[in-house]
Amino acid sequence: MSDAERPPTEFEPAEPNTGEEFEPVDVFPDSTDFDLRPGADSCYKCSTCDTNCPVAEVDDDFPGPKFQGPEQWRLKQNEEDYEVDDSVMDCSNCMRCDNACPSGVPLSQMHNTARGEYVENQMSKLSVEYIRNRILANYRTSAWFASKVPRLANAVMNFGPARWVMEKTMGVTSEREFPAFATETFREWWDRQGAAGGSRERARENRERRGDPVDADKKVAYFHGCYSNYNTPEVGKAMVRVYEHFGYEVVVPEQRCSGTPMFANGMLTDARRHAEVNVSSMADLVEQGYDAIASCTSCSMALRQEYPELFDIDGVEEVAAHTFESVEYLRIHEDLRGAIDETEIDGDLAEEFAYHAPCHARNQGLNRQAVELFGDLDGVDVEDVGDSCSGISGTYGWKAEKYDKSMEIGEEMFEHMEDTDGETGMTECPTCAMQMEHGTGYEIRHPLELLEAAVVE
Amino acid sequence: MAIESDVLVIGGGLAGLTSALASARVGADTRLVSYKQSTLRNASGLVDVLGYTPAGEGPLTDPYAAIPSLPTEHPYRTVGVERIREALSLFDEVVPNYRGGHTDTNALVPTHGGTIKPTARYPAGASAGLASDGRDVLLVGLESMVDFDAPHAAAHLEAAGVPFDVRGVTIRFPGDLRADAKVTRYAKLLDTNGDVAVRGRNRPVREALAERVNAELDGEARVGFPAILGDDDTAGVRAALSDALGAAVFEVPMGPPSLPGLRLEDALFDALDRAGGRFETGNPVVDSDGEGRIERVYIEKNGARIPNSADQYVLATGGLVGKGVDSDRGRVYEPIFDCHVPHADDRYEWFEGEAFGDHDFARFGVRTDEDLRPVGGDGSVEFDNLRAAGSVLGGYDFAAEKSGSGVSISTGYAAGRRAAQEAQ
Repeated sequence: MSDAERPPTEFEPAEPNTGEEFEPVDVFPDSTDFDLRPGADSCYKCSTCDTNCPVAEVDDDFPGPKFQGPEQWRLKQNEEDYEVDDSVMDCSNCMRCDNACPSGVPLSQMHNTARGEYVENQMSKLSVEYIRNRILANYRTSAWFASKVPRLANAVMNFGPARWVMEKTMGVTSEREFPAFATETFREWWDRQGAAGGSRERARENRERRGDPVDADKKVAYFHGCYSNYNTPEVGKAMVRVYEHFGYEVVVPEQRCSGTPMFANGMLTDARRHAEVNVSSMADLVEQGYDAIASCTSCSMALRQEYPELFDIDGVEEVAAHTFESVEYLRIHEDLRGAIDETEIDGDLAEEFAYHAPCHARNQGLNRQAVELFGDLDGVDVEDVGDSCSGISGTYGWKAEKYDKSMEIGEEMFEHMEDTDGETGMTECPTCAMQMEHGTGYEIRHPLELLEAAVVE
Repeated sequence: MAIESDVLVIGGGLAGLTSALASARVGADTRLVSYKQSTLRNASGLVDVLGYTPAGEGPLTDPYAAIPSLPTEHPYRTVGVERIREALSLFDEVVPNYRGGHTDTNALVPTHGGTIKPTARYPAGASAGLASDGRDVLLVGLESMVDFDAPHAAAHLEAAGVPFDVRGVTIRFPGDLRADAKVTRYAKLLDTNGDVAVRGRNRPVREALAERVNAELDGEARVGFPAILGDDDTAGVRAALSDALGAAVFEVPMGPPSLPGLRLEDALFDALDRAGGRFETGNPVVDSDGEGRIERVYIEKNGARIPNSADQYVLATGGLVGKGVDSDRGRVYEPIFDCHVPHADDRYEWFEGEAFGDHDFARFGVRTDEDLRPVGGDGSVEFDNLRAAGSVLGGYDFAAEKSGSGVSISTGYAAGRRAAQEAQ
């Protein structure tokens, strides 16, 4: 008989606490920080995350997400003077590791936290890198200025000598073309349409046409993000037209940057300042029965996942649970397939689209959505160009020292795009769109634009 | 409203993918949802049917011959030999670059630990490594890849009595790769034949690698590498190395994360895409509506519940490791539909004292009727339109029998096909 079967003590493994009062011990004292221990403990080191990292595949200096996440977290707990490894700045924050982990380890939360700490405590606030990153991360501020004088801004931002100076002094690559600023922002257009009041009227007319009850409770709050406002207002307009077509009243509340570029650059204080405004205006609307709709998958990702993971703001969980990507929401609530089955596309969108799924669409389960939805649409073909990362990852590919890596990561996507018959690309993400255009010269459209062409007369 | 389809498959492993393929190929509108990425990238890429009997006899020469005498609760007994053959034919048809379909006999494939695994199908990249081949072998390990100790694996194979001479050497991979470089880093470099720095000079990696191996080669006709030889162009990488070495080149299947598993995952998703199947990954199915018949299931996304509805459902969420079967101190359960999982009341009866003992937990899982529909404790069907496939099924110990892939493929096929028939 083994020892296990004849215990030498009174200890009874089947009922270890019999006859004793159970006294819970507080092993980890109260802390206001988010507790990442359960997440770190869930990691069993299968390294699936590492095989998903687009940076580790090309960059021999980058140790990969398993180190950046759970391993570094443990080092931080045990070594008093442990400094966050500077490689955390090479993570592009694509968040593919989240979608990879079979054990639910919150990898991107760990990366965001470590990067925030690194920038806060270890990075010189006077360094060119810090200043450059801060300017890139606060794209909204630059875009806001530029939108006041869009034509001048477009000329200056792509003026060769100016770009040469930006590269030499700031480390912003001169290889890329700055996106053009629209001469009328989405919000200016929205005001011209009569804003919320106008939308309510149009929604009611459409409900009548559709045979829906005129006072149906169909209302959404649009989070357009910076890019649809300043650069591609046609995406925002398509969102409004498609939603009103299905009888939704749209409101466009006060909002700031979603924070995506700030997370990626470890600027958590900036991100929080913007998140507070966004959560506050969305939380009020959610309480009134609105759902929050974003057309950019990184914006929806920020509201859904990064905010509740990083910020303790009133209403943050409710906003996360009521935020949806624009096409996703309609797929859930409307017979989108039926609507698409009935029509066909002709004109300038009757194309074969080379569709690239943004990394940030993955965690939201949206990376196949456009292909799935438009598969039934006559007159177009939407070809998935594969599951590689575009390589730009927001501000990452704009940094002079990252530019080559960014293009190397994107190479696979460029090749697959070239293989398709058409010369038009499609994606939900504005910076993926920049990279797609930069690498192939294709024109890039948003799924909402195609949906508008398909269902709105 | 909900996101709708005729058939909804829950789970993105071998069982779920085969199920969705079988359903989509007969024309049913099929959707597959999976919590995270497929667990196939943790799999060796070998596809076994049956290597050993539950009593431990084997390795079996002909797995099909042993199936009729398996215990009645074994999933193979539910689907039957004919269905297993049909399922394997489907696999052979849709997955390119696999071998073994020409015979019923098990192939013997050396593993990275130096054991021999009886398997029904194997990647083309492993075919030059078969243990039944008489040609001598050089196994090449990499200093940085401690998962594969080539001299150790070679010694194991020798001790197992393989009919050839086998030697293992360890080399440094050319170039300044980091010590913990990912398998995808090696694969990408080899795929693109990228330059690596060797003694201050840039050289194409395939050439530089072959040169290091050539220095160790002593007339062996076969050279085995850990499975890192490319991802997109693995045949091209092998051919180039083979030319440069004057020897056949093969990959030794590795543990997680495994490129052969990843390639298999890609091949199956491509096949599903071609068959018109739709799929979504990233978030878990957590709940369902319906008594006796599933009306819809809910996918959870950061607090939002996204309804998905179908006429027929397939549960292919995996076993204890894949979290399709879970347990706490009180009971063992199936988390989505709470299907009945038979187990002893006393949890000290769930396992044996010895690590490799005949544990009850290895056979935990749902039991089904002959149509693969989960049944309750009283033997009655739990949901009219729900079928189960793969390692969420109980009644067999796939790790001991080497039957995991075969059960997943055959029950996935049977469940998917039946679901499609019922839906139409």
